[in-house]
Amino acid sequence: MIRFILLQNRQGKTRLAKYYVPLEESEKHKVEYEVHRLVVNRDPKFTNFVEFRTHKVIYRRYAGLFFSMCVDITDNELAYLECIHLFVEILDHFFSNVCELDLVFNFHKVYLILDEFILAGELQETSKKAIIERMGELEKQE
Amino acid sequence: MADLIIDAFSSQTRLRDMIRAIRGCKTAAEERAVVRKECAVIRASISENDQDYRHRNLAKLMFIHMLGYPTHFGQMECLKSIASAGFPEKRIGYLGLMLLLDERQEVLMLVTNSLKQDLNHSNPYIVGLALCALGNICSAEMARDLAPEVERLFQSRDPNIRKKAALCSVRIIKKVPDLAENFMSPAATLLKEKHHGALIAGVQLCTDMCKVSLEALEYFRKKCTDGLVKALKERVNSPYTPEYDISGISDPFLHIRLLRLLRILGKGDADASDCMNDILAQVATKTETNKNAGTAILYECVETIMSIEDNSGLRVLAINILGRFLSNRDNNIRYVALNMLMRAIAVDAQAVQRHRITILECVKDSDASIRKRALELIFLLVNENNVKPLTKELIDYLQVSDQEFKGDLTEKICSIVEKFSMEKKWYIDKMLKVLSEAGNFVKDEIWHALIVAISNASDLQGYTVRSLYRALQTSSEQESLIQVAVWCIGEYGEMLVNNVGMLEKEDPLTVTESDAVDVLEAAIKRHTSDITSRALSLVALLKLSSRFPSCSKRISDIIIEHKGSFVLELQQRSIEFNSIIDKHQNIRSTLLERMPVLDEASYNSKRKSGSLPPTASAPTGASPKLPNGVVKSPAAPMADLLDLSSDDAPVPSSSGGDNLPDLLGGSLTSLPSLTGQAPSNGTDILMELLSIGTPAAQNDVSTSDLLSTNHNNTPSGTPLERLSPPSPFSPQVSTPTATTPVMDLLDGFSPTLSMSNKKSSTDPYFSGNNGPVYPSIIAFQSSSLKIEFSFSKQPENLQSTLINATFTNMSSNIYTDFIFQAAVPKFIQLHLDPASSNTLPASGNGSIGQSLRVTNSQHGQKHLAMRIRVAYKINNKDVLEQGQITNFPPGL
Repeated sequence: MIRFILLQNRQGKTRLAKYYVPLEESEKHKVEYEVHRLVVNRDPKFTNFVEFRTHKVIYRRYAGLFFSMCVDITDNELAYLECIHLFVEILDHFFSNVCELDLVFNFHKVYLILDEFILAGELQETSKKAIIERMGELEKQE
Repeated sequence: MADLIIDAFSSQTRLRDMIRAIRGCKTAAEERAVVRKECAVIRASISENDQDYRHRNLAKLMFIHMLGYPTHFGQMECLKSIASAGFPEKRIGYLGLMLLLDERQEVLMLVTNSLKQDLNHSNPYIVGLALCALGNICSAEMARDLAPEVERLFQSRDPNIRKKAALCSVRIIKKVPDLAENFMSPAATLLKEKHHGALIAGVQLCTDMCKVSLEALEYFRKKCTDGLVKALKERVNSPYTPEYDISGISDPFLHIRLLRLLRILGKGDADASDCMNDILAQVATKTETNKNAGTAILYECVETIMSIEDNSGLRVLAINILGRFLSNRDNNIRYVALNMLMRAIAVDAQAVQRHRITILECVKDSDASIRKRALELIFLLVNENNVKPLTKELIDYLQVSDQEFKGDLTEKICSIVEKFSMEKKWYIDKMLKVLSEAGNFVKDEIWHALIVAISNASDLQGYTVRSLYRALQTSSEQESLIQVAVWCIGEYGEMLVNNVGMLEKEDPLTVTESDAVDVLEAAIKRHTSDITSRALSLVALLKLSSRFPSCSKRISDIIIEHKGSFVLELQQRSIEFNSIIDKHQNIRSTLLERMPVLDEASYNSKRKSGSLPPTASAPTGASPKLPNGVVKSPAAPMADLLDLSSDDAPVPSSSGGDNLPDLLGGSLTSLPSLTGQAPSNGTDILMELLSIGTPAAQNDVSTSDLLSTNHNNTPSGTPLERLSPPSPFSPQVSTPTATTPVMDLLDGFSPTLSMSNKKSSTDPYFSGNNGPVYPSIIAFQSSSLKIEFSFSKQPENLQSTLINATFTNMSSNIYTDFIFQAAVPKFIQLHLDPASSNTLPASGNGSIGQSLRVTNSQHGQKHLAMRIRVAYKINNKDVLEQGQITNFPPGL
């Protein structure tokens, strides 16, 4: 199960933080700070997995942005790595060539996309096309 | 979201402008100012109940929240927004709800009703919103309230709703496992889905239900195994589907989830396992692994093969796949392979052993994650057959490894070497290597154990001390190497100089006495030496002073130099040692004899049971299984028993130095505590030291015990037995020597030996050659306990008395964990033998016997006196009794 998903830039600014387990606000900030410190200085050749407290963080860097997922220790690391990539592809498709600024100014849309992709800490939809179409339908409702 | 962008006339800024303003801030203070202003406007708008801007306010609040500012005042706005009719309002409301609140807020309960309505809404998009919110933040209470609604939605015609309902149920059953059975049949229906999203959600739900409910596990195992195998088969053989394609594989996520559920169903059930063998073999052989997605599937498949019931053919295949992973260039893949091999050891250790060489290479990887995994794995792989080459490899690597990895690596190597330490020479060799390479990372207890081992290996002591000397020539900056070397040179210095006990193939070494002293002097003067090394050097120098007459003057000079040391411990020792050299030539050589062999078994058991022995003051935590360890037990409780003034009670030394006094204590000084001594105590001792020449009031303390020689008059027992904790269950209390040994040591040297026979003729109880006879006494009696003492004495040794104590239980409860402790004034030495038992039967139906040996150094002048403390348990409750015994017969 995914416990939280973080999207941070190199400076450690949080661009998206979704928690599927309840945490105190102060604890959330601590987690964000710690995860950033863990991933930001790792050699790109190193594994994309770091142990974090009793769980592990699967992260991947895209330009200046770090996508991190904290998952259970028994989860399939490679699958979540692929999952991050799929999420990035969806974002890329939705914003056509996504950049950090898109995510900043449209942060609420990023959350809405995430809600169509992952629910209750589990993968909900694996088709990029289905999610983009769904987002289109939802926009029409507004 | 059109309304986010309009309205230039309002005092409100647009969301986009606010974000821009915040991004434009150059300092944190500026940012806070902007946020404060925005929050003020939003609050005002909230209190006016301004519905037009609710949407925008919530969006702003979410952004502000993400920056880490408090936004609790917006929580009610979320609820209001959710309660409004339109989709856009509901959407932003639910989004806010998920970000600004979580399941622990009470406010959340207010939303249950809105959720219920929305779950029944005619607009499927609104139902979707409600399901999403429920799945992400629902509490146990909400789960109970809304489970029927969610269950009903499994029937929906919209697959988007079905999949959301399924994942929402995952959360519900995690919150309330009892609800699992309600979802069993709808979940099973989902497994037949064609829609990927719904199927994947259904598989996930079943997986989680199996984890919380055995009933569900049985149900799915019986009803769904075949179907799942078929579903997986379809995926594996499906043609190209662009919609779900991930690097050439159709929906790897679905594969993985199916494999995972199969694993749970197959585990512990031979039939189910059998049913999935074929498809697993097919996945294992057919999956393309040149891309991450394929590797992920294969990885999951290997784990499933390892977990389900035995099929050796498949397992060989699986371990071979892991072997292939291990040699992959991608670090991620190597990492997961190591991870899985760790689990595979339990299944087939032999097969994993085949990859040992590759795993060993991974220990040397530059990536810390891989190194750590590989090291743990290697540790599990070590056995008698491969321990030597593996240790060699690891130690070789220790020379070049990163600083931050050395700690971990050293710890593992040490524990491997200790585990396979049957061959002493190999153990010592390897430990010396580790000490030379990474001595600074070696924990104290590791090198203490090494010293104990060296002390026991009499045929290797010469070899060891020479090897240490050699090692010190090349690596002089490793603290623990220095400590071990210094100790060994102090003990076995003459073996170093005279090449005693040469092993075959060993190169002879020419070391002069002065070379050996050089090493010690270097250690004591080294800037970075810690106090332990310096104290050890000081003791070693003292020991050599009697064995190396040619260097005696030089050693004396070094010791005198340290009389001015700012470190109290060193200063005190130097002064004491100097007085031994100067004033006590006659006993020096006996005093400085080699330490008796340390008791390996008792040291090891002490290590296992944790380094701190139970103390008399804390009987609650003290398990009777622990050795009592009186010599090193903190002094405070004893001082307590004796009513010593608090000034005299030294602070018990902290863990680090704890073993050291023990090691040294056998030989000479039982250094009280190297670090934690209260200054007042120190000066106290100094005062007494200064009065050495003058006849002190109690100047006939027997030194024999302290000196570890057999000069003394006490009956049997090697000195070590008396000084080191005896077997478990034997509460042993000696006189306060443990705390203030030096006082006694130096107070009365010369008079002692002549004291022993002086008083015999005047003793009234002395009767012939059979030794004097003394009446037994009831030493202590309470309503619950009686202690009787009977006495006997050897005629040739009137100072010592053997007391046989008999404990009788007067109550109707059995006493367990019975421990007797005693304390005596300074002029008396006390030794307790192990008690006959630690359980005392009720109502006087049996007793415990224990013998005590007391040596009254002021025999004939002062009477025996004793304080006692008895601790035991009644029905696991601790009871403590204490008393003072003053009715000893005269003449003891």
